[in-house]
Amino acid sequence: MSDKVKIAVVGLGKMGLSHFAMVNAHPRARTIACDGSGFMIDVLSKNITTPVYRDYDDLLAKEDLDAVVIATPSRLHAPMVQAALDKGINVFCEKPFCLNWADSQRLTDLAAAKGLIAQVGYHYRYVGAFAEMKRLIDAGAIGRITHVMAEAYGPVVLRPKRTTWRTDKAEGGGCLYDYAAHPLNLLNWFFGTPDQVMGSHLGQVFSEGTDDEVFSTLRWDDGPTAQLSVNWSDESHRKMSTKISLIGTNGRLYADRQECQAYLRKPVDGLDGYDTGWTVKYTTELTQDRWFYLRGEEYSAQLDDFIEAVAAGGAGAVQNDFASATQTDKTMAMIIENAETGQNVGEARAMAPQPAKKRGWFGR
Amino acid sequence: MDKLLFGDNQFFGINHMSEEKARAQAMRFQKTDAIMDVLDVAYDAGINTFMCTTHDRISDVTRRVKADPARYSNFQFYPCMPYAHKYANAVTEHGMVGALREFMPKDGLLATALTGTKALATKEVDGIARVLIDMEMKMFAGTRAPVVFIQNVFTDLLLGMGFTRAFKIFDDHIREKHGAEPAYITMNMPALLDALEKEGIERPIICSNINKIGFRMSGGYDAYLDALKSGRVRAVAMSVYASGAIPADEAIHWISELPGVESIVFGASSAGNIRGTKALVDKYMGEVV
Repeated sequence: MSDKVKIAVVGLGKMGLSHFAMVNAHPRARTIACDGSGFMIDVLSKNITTPVYRDYDDLLAKEDLDAVVIATPSRLHAPMVQAALDKGINVFCEKPFCLNWADSQRLTDLAAAKGLIAQVGYHYRYVGAFAEMKRLIDAGAIGRITHVMAEAYGPVVLRPKRTTWRTDKAEGGGCLYDYAAHPLNLLNWFFGTPDQVMGSHLGQVFSEGTDDEVFSTLRWDDGPTAQLSVNWSDESHRKMSTKISLIGTNGRLYADRQECQAYLRKPVDGLDGYDTGWTVKYTTELTQDRWFYLRGEEYSAQLDDFIEAVAAGGAGAVQNDFASATQTDKTMAMIIENAETGQNVGEARAMAPQPAKKRGWFGR
Repeated sequence: MDKLLFGDNQFFGINHMSEEKARAQAMRFQKTDAIMDVLDVAYDAGINTFMCTTHDRISDVTRRVKADPARYSNFQFYPCMPYAHKYANAVTEHGMVGALREFMPKDGLLATALTGTKALATKEVDGIARVLIDMEMKMFAGTRAPVVFIQNVFTDLLLGMGFTRAFKIFDDHIREKHGAEPAYITMNMPALLDALEKEGIERPIICSNINKIGFRMSGGYDAYLDALKSGRVRAVAMSVYASGAIPADEAIHWISELPGVESIVFGASSAGNIRGTKALVDKYMGEVV
């Protein structure tokens, strides 16, 4: 492979345009754009030097690609990813991965069998504050975690409006797929796929075709219980705001896009800079600049990792591989089933309470 | 340009450190009176330029400034366009073409062109861009607005895509129609400078992060310093305190010794911080007039 990666960005909607701009500016990328719909492609094809395709099959047939970035409506992810993997092309796919998690599993296996880089755009794992939260959890900073709150709020659907794919459930629209997927993906990162899902509610506020708010309770065997609370019809937030709070036997962690706050009851070995009480780390101090900044380091960072992994010939695992995104697709399927049937989905062993230390005669 | 410009992030709940602080600021500044109080402190401290987004609420500020020409005789605006959320929301609601049609004069040729099934001609695209610029400038009619910026998300999207001809359209239109200096906000200053020069735009005014620790100076600290030293750019420095990571005196002193930096833009909501920054700029960069 030459040291330039030949990469097509497919789908030039809201996410696709920004992916295209970042990939196109990457010094290791030779970029091609592809989108079926007329307006954007018309304007771009007259104004940029990057080659532009209007048909995905045509693109795959004519170009000898190293990689594709798939940023089309979610319903199209599975067939488009499949077609790329079949041709031996590395794939970065926008989230959510596939609407049917059986597809997600199948494509995970296919990518693994072919030894291809296969990544999904859950950019929150690249936000410094959430990465710090993950590091603290893994280091046992707050002991045994029992209590989890995962939230996301923002102003997407604020009044009844005409349907687009983002507000059509069959197309992979809706608050669950669009918003809740992010905090769920973080919970999957921290704790894996939940063993039980209960108390789910997929509520409509303004939309007719899909959900605008999501509640759910997730449980892990011998692990924490998490409450999910998500609403994309909340105008009080300027843009999407995702936050996770965790309480454990040794304290509390909170993270959002900007900062990670830790409260430790006592210090933990191996965690420098975290003393008893509060410690706050900001994303700004936890983040390195990449080659190009468009709308947050995390977006640049995930694409940089992907392109560098492809350039390195597929060596090394990437964050957000297909297997991890499949966990999130499966979790969302459990929430939908639970909300539709009213029956708990799966079972989870309750965590035993921490045994009290045996007291001596004069112990207190 | 003045050496010190007053920014507006603090008024609209934008804070790069804390969502809690951002919300507290959004609450504090939801009334235009609260914004005007802070602008008055800055103006009375001798900071005459307000560099602001073309947010709907800024029209309240321009109205007040126009209403009292005696009080605000030296007050000027540096508009930064577009206010991206307005367009993002419109695109969510109406789709890309529908959103553009929303913003075009209803009976004009451009609205008609957007309704048609034919691909847009290049001159129609240029025309649409000019109409959008004029719309953003409307609220500044009757004020002094001698420098007009493109916001960084938009600049950097166009830069990344390689749609750099748009900069030329903007540059020409701001000069010809609005009699102002075109300028650019970016997070990728060295790359933007190259792109602008290729479009024939010489010695552009570029606002970007410039700070001692290299915070969000994408393209690399050294490339920024090289660009500044080359004399090819008239720089406006933002994030000079790197979101509070650098002590104020040290930050301003460092900036003052850089070649090529003509202005600093900063945002603050307390009188102490406003006067403090003004005093430091006077001390290190000479009296702000």
